This record gives sequence, C-alpha cells and structure tokens, in this order.
Amino acid sequence: MATGMRIGVVTFPGSLDDRDAQRAVRLAGGEPVALWHGSHDLDGVEAIILPGGFSYGDYLRAGAIASLSPIMSEVVDAANKGMPVLGICNGFQMLAEARLIPGAHTRNAHQQFIRRDQRLRVENADTAWTNGFEQGQEITIPLKNADGRFIADAETVKRIEGQGQVAFRYLGVNPNGSFDDIAGVSNERGNVVGLMPHPEHATEPGFGPDTALAMSSGVDGLTFFTSVIRKALVA
Amino acid sequence: MPTIVVEVMPKAELLDPQGKAVTFALARLGKDFATEVRIGKRFEIAVDEVTDAILADVKQLADDVFSNSVIEDVVSIEVLQDSAATVAAEASSTAAAL
Repeated sequence: MATGMRIGVVTFPGSLDDRDAQRAVRLAGGEPVALWHGSHDLDGVEAIILPGGFSYGDYLRAGAIASLSPIMSEVVDAANKGMPVLGICNGFQMLAEARLIPGAHTRNAHQQFIRRDQRLRVENADTAWTNGFEQGQEITIPLKNADGRFIADAETVKRIEGQGQVAFRYLGVNPNGSFDDIAGVSNERGNVVGLMPHPEHATEPGFGPDTALAMSSGVDGLTFFTSVIRKALVA
Repeated sequence: MPTIVVEVMPKAELLDPQGKAVTFALARLGKDFATEVRIGKRFEIAVDEVTDAILADVKQLADDVFSNSVIEDVVSIEVLQDSAATVAAEASSTAAAL
C-alpha cells in the first residue's frame, strides 16, 4: 500500500490541522512533507494540501492574507499545471481567495461557530481527490467552521453545477447557509478540490465520527488521500 | 500627512449576518426606526504623498486585496489631505451640530 507519494502540507501562521493532514497522508500510504508559508520551495512534492485552521486570525477575510503568502505563488503555478491540491476548511477559503476555485465564503448564516459530524454526498467522484468514492456515495466527516457559507453569483452557481464542479453537497442539514447546499467544489480540471468539512479527522478507527457499527469508527475521510495516491499510480 | 481611505461594503444582495444581528439588537432597544443595518470596512492608508501612481496602486489593491469582488464592493476611495486636522474638524462640526 505504501507508495511513498510525497504530499506536501503547508503550515501557515494559525494553521491548526496541518499535523492531522500529515497523519492522514501517512495513514493512506503516502509520505507527508511539511511545507512552510514563507518559503517558495515546494520540495518536489507531487500533491499539496492547504490545511484547516484560522490563518492570520481570519483578519481581512478568512484565508485572504494566507492566499498572499510567498508559497502560494508556487501553489497556484503548480495547480494551474495540474498538480492535485486539496483545500480543507481554511484551505478551501484560501483556494477561493487565490481564485483557484470559484466562489467565496462568508460568516455562517446563523453567525455561530459550528462543530458536528456532517453527512455529505459525493457529487463528483472523478476528481483527483474523490476518485476512490462511488458517484453519489454518502459519507460522514467532521465539520467545524465559522466562515463556512459558500457563496457565488447565480450565473457561477449555474455554471459549476452544470460542469460537475460541485464535488460535495451537505445532506440532512445545511449547517452554514451555503448556496445550493454546496460543501465542496473543484476547478474545471478536477485537480483542485476545496471543501469545508475535514476528511483528515476521519481517517483512523477510534478517532473518527460515530458509525452505526461502533463509536468513533468512521474513516470516510481516508478515501480523499488514497484517491490522490491511486490517481498518481494510474497516471 | 495625507491618508487614503478605502471603504468596502458587503454586496447589497447578500446576507450580512453581522448587520442583521445589530439590526435585531436595535429593535430590542426600541430603535425600530432602523429598518436595516449593514456593516462594512474602512481602510486608512497613511502615505507620505499622494500621486497618480500611488492612487492607481491603491485602486488595484482595493479591488484585489481589500475586497473580494464575489462578496464585496469597493464603495469609495478618497484622500484626506491632513488626516488629524480633518478628523478633528469633523468631530467639532458634529459636536456643534448636536
């Protein structure tokens, strides 16, 4: 299983889930590589994760200042050349601020921080980070955010819905007021994916969401990381 | 020292949760003349001088950094020639008006 695919995880000032993302990469059989926001060096990685947290205290707009970091110019270049990039929560916000994916985020419609195990439907199982799922598969991974309301103008929403760029949709409840229950989107090419919930927190039995079988046994998030490794093997 | 002031507001058609919370608070205080409150941002950029090049730069920054055009509009960019004096003058004229 271990392929040793080198997957970079960028740490920004205020990142919280960088170590969890590294651990998820390791559990999926990859080799996590710690990358630093202030550097221009991608260290030869084959994929990149922008982790969750509250970079720069969400000053200006969530993810906005981090999206201007030195390393982001290399991340944007690599993404435009087709390198798989996954943005989780704050990383999703950075992808939007860097214009790598459409839309933007505002404060949750109900104004409160939210933390729950969230059901999602995989709307596009053909991206670099979702190809291990079945189309339409229902998964449960943790969600925890303050500025998680995905917004885009009506024309953009129509376009990304039509092009299959909606990667994940909230099921059961819409936890933050996101348009069309959109939980995650991809770029047109499908190598860049951003989502608000946290797959890296559902990768090891005993530390994930509850399932019908056992407490904390949910590992639906692992497939994100095995997908990108599988994609690399196939290619 | 001049100051360039950039004001950014959430787009009119989008929900402004902060403004909505304040609107409700005003209603609780009996200030029901306030039918809606919207909250935006004001950036004050202190500069040594104002040139056309600097203003063009600030205009670009207003569009690219200070605001996100998906959710916000830049509503004004103005120059205060002597910020301290202007603020003081505004404060005293407000006091006089009251």
